[in-house]
Amino acid sequence: MKLEFAISGGDFSRAGIASSEVKKMLKKINVEPKIIKRVVVALYEAEVNVCAHAYKGNIFVEIDGTKIKIDIIDKGPGIENIDEAMKEGYSTASDAVREMGFGAGMGLSNMKKNADEMSLESKVDEGTKVTIINYLK
Amino acid sequence: MNVSDIVKELDLTVFTGEDYLSREIYGGYVSDLLSDVMGFSSEGDVWITLQTHKNVMAIASLKEHAAVILVKGFKPDQDTINHAAEEGIPILGTHKKTFEISGELYSLLKK
Repeated sequence: MKLEFAISGGDFSRAGIASSEVKKMLKKINVEPKIIKRVVVALYEAEVNVCAHAYKGNIFVEIDGTKIKIDIIDKGPGIENIDEAMKEGYSTASDAVREMGFGAGMGLSNMKKNADEMSLESKVDEGTKVTIINYLK
Repeated sequence: MNVSDIVKELDLTVFTGEDYLSREIYGGYVSDLLSDVMGFSSEGDVWITLQTHKNVMAIASLKEHAAVILVKGFKPDQDTINHAAEEGIPILGTHKKTFEISGELYSLLKK
């Protein structure tokens, strides 16, 4: 099964749509609720990161019998220091984004905690690619 | 305990979700940081917050919260109400501050 979603930077009104669709899909194929919850947290944070930091992005979801693999690829400023960005509490979000309650610096660590595997590649001034994998059994 | 019990006991306003007040409550979570709520709240929680925008409902729905309580007389944005109606999650309100309403809800749930 494959799903694809587009995200525009700055448009928070659509954040959560991909997570919600993936959640429905995983429910439909009877994945354990505990696993669905983890996938949803990781994917939602990824969506919000694209909204908050990038110009635009795409989400590619692949589900097979054993795992769900999600690539989140954006065009944007990229991440200068990935180690720093992974630290809980570190954030480069704007004041407007923080006022909404985002930008607490917990996004990437929430993703890491909830993904079984996570990888992050980024090029400054080009963009970022995050891959998260969760095993369904 | 379900949502209609706390509406009655804590004298809460129901902004939307009249038809879903039978949702069962298992606990509560208090935070205005959305990633904190995303990462650490649980299914069946009542989420107490001062955030009123639409993303609140995206999170409440993904986390399957029982209801959301807005504090200090804050009202939900119109698109938040619309989203809540689609998701079937009640948005409630109080004029009390977060500390007070959290304490009252905690005592009620502990009974």
